[in-house]
Amino acid sequence: MVPELMTRSPVISIENVGKRYLVGHKTGSVRRYTALRDTIALKARQLLRNSVDILSGRALQSGDQVEEFWALRDVSFTVNEGEVVGIIGRNGAGKSTLLKILSRITEPTCGQVYLRGRIASLLEVGTGFHPELTGRENIFLNGAILGMKRVEIRQRFDEIVEFAGVEKFLDTPVKRYSSGMYVRLAFSVAAHLQSEILIVDEVLAVGDFQFQEKCLGAMKGVAQSGRTVLFVSHNMNAVSQLCTRCEVLSEGRVEYSGDPGSAIARFLNSRSTNSLIQISEKQNENAKERFLIRELELLDGDNVPASTFIMGQPLKARIRIQCLKWTARTEVGVKVSSFTGVSLHYLASSWEGMSFDLEPGEHVFEVTMPRVCLFPGKYEIGVWVGISGQTSDAKAMELTRINVLLGNITGFPTAIDQYATSGCEVYMPSIWKRVH
Amino acid sequence: MSEYELILAAGRTEKNYWRDLWRYRELFQVLAWRDISVRYKQTVIGAAWALIRPFLTMLVFTVIFGKVAKLPSDGNTPYALLVLAGMLPWQFFSTALSDASNSLVANSNLISKVYFPRLIVPIATVVVAFVDFVISFVILLGLMVWYRFVPDWHILFLPLFVGLAFLSSVGPGLWITTLNVRYRDFRYIIPFIVQFGLYVSPVGFSSQMIPDKYRLLYGLNPMVGVIDGFRWCILRGESPLHPGSFIASVVVTAAFLWLGIHQFRKMEKSFADLL
Repeated sequence: MVPELMTRSPVISIENVGKRYLVGHKTGSVRRYTALRDTIALKARQLLRNSVDILSGRALQSGDQVEEFWALRDVSFTVNEGEVVGIIGRNGAGKSTLLKILSRITEPTCGQVYLRGRIASLLEVGTGFHPELTGRENIFLNGAILGMKRVEIRQRFDEIVEFAGVEKFLDTPVKRYSSGMYVRLAFSVAAHLQSEILIVDEVLAVGDFQFQEKCLGAMKGVAQSGRTVLFVSHNMNAVSQLCTRCEVLSEGRVEYSGDPGSAIARFLNSRSTNSLIQISEKQNENAKERFLIRELELLDGDNVPASTFIMGQPLKARIRIQCLKWTARTEVGVKVSSFTGVSLHYLASSWEGMSFDLEPGEHVFEVTMPRVCLFPGKYEIGVWVGISGQTSDAKAMELTRINVLLGNITGFPTAIDQYATSGCEVYMPSIWKRVH
Repeated sequence: MSEYELILAAGRTEKNYWRDLWRYRELFQVLAWRDISVRYKQTVIGAAWALIRPFLTMLVFTVIFGKVAKLPSDGNTPYALLVLAGMLPWQFFSTALSDASNSLVANSNLISKVYFPRLIVPIATVVVAFVDFVISFVILLGLMVWYRFVPDWHILFLPLFVGLAFLSSVGPGLWITTLNVRYRDFRYIIPFIVQFGLYVSPVGFSSQMIPDKYRLLYGLNPMVGVIDGFRWCILRGESPLHPGSFIASVVVTAAFLWLGIHQFRKMEKSFADLL
């Protein structure tokens, strides 16, 4: 074949791929009352279905009604040799299912995928590491699991060890490794895979800042060496740095396909749909007799509903509350916490001198954060209401997530997004001068 | 490059399956090697465990069945040898069966993350049990020296029956590990089968004790054929093979093998979704 033709031809072509899962539901809990007779009939039906399933070797479904759920539907796209394609989408958009199909862990329900070349997938770093085995043994074990031949591993052994920086501990069981060393070794094996197509899923979310930089560098190296890479990440920074093209998945379908810049913008905008959150009675924790939180709406500085905010720009929240009985000195609050559950900000009305006397009925409050002082990343928003100085009467936590993007908060060029990866989350203004 | 061309579609894995199995032979070796090297880590006496277990069981069985119950041996063979010739394949069968049955669940992190023909996993565990089995032959040698017992040409047929023992554990092992993926109940059934089978199979006594009219029925236990075969080979043919019973065992083994592979292949595609 002519070399020019080789480089142009698709190495992956996905045609109308769909993946269906069956999900069991329980209808019983919805029923107002159950008679023993109904229950017996229901159980008998379940038993019959289960035994038929066991005999025919089919998977069992829990619950008494089975519903279809399409994790992927009509997904089609092609990837050419040497392309680095980012796959982005919200949790549950079907990214992992797509990768599982491509790496042959599960079969598509319909449609076809053509692959030209070996596929290696880094679905999770360190898959198959055995704690009792030494670093050296694990390199061979993990390499074989990822599809390397023993000869290939032996050839690249020194490179792998050097990249991971674990020369001294090669003959120590990996259970005695620090978590950092463990991850470094695992990534190193994976990064040295000899395959034409590499699938990378969130591997950059591990290790310290320095090592992440190293990984990103390694990924760039892989991409430049002409291998095809499928890259899944929530780290938009890495996606925009690495990828030549992006596919945006939403609810199992390809929503957008194009250059990374516009794909990322598209993806971030598609998240703003949950800027308005209706809050059910169930979500109101320890609600006593006074209040119910009904609705939360997030807006940007121009009063446009949003869930993505830019550092240094305003954030507004509108909170609709139902008051059940006359209450004096009411305090409304918004809580911002990190993804790991650490509380970062409390915005409490009473701290700003605002306590409200409320009569029964609905009330809407608005709070403005003049400048978002959070580092780029994702954060959880919660709401509470209660009497000032007392424990909250109703609270609804982790209602929605906001996404904060890098913005110019200081008026000077910053590399705050890089500091953000090392775990820092809140910006605090500071004044500097030279005294000596 | 054309070597790696591949089409993925529903039901398509069938076609590449046996070719893939061959292509992944190195992974098979590595997994077996992993289990072997991990097996006796952090134990003081290590591989000696593979000797102690069958040896002590043999002692107890010899005393109980040979001395206390005074069951007759086959021909002039020492009772301890008779027991050991049954104990070796039985230990292999029971270890292989219980390890293979748990293998898919124990390797769930691999199966849900990486593709390879899943058949590798349970078979690799049977190989690990086989290594223990080979080690335990040292006891047999020791016992033969002790009793100054020299086997004759019958011993040449032993590999045949080792193969039969292998197949008889693979079949049910594959079937149970498949069921175990979905119904973890089978984890509790296995120890029971192993314990029960020890007394139902002719481990502590000779199959000659079974009345002739029931021998055919008795042969439906696949281990009866394997153990009888082992005794025939090791004990200079002094415990004759019952043809009907032996054929019944082979047929049952073949049936289980077919069932195991069939069920395994049928469910294999959904393992990653179920684990």
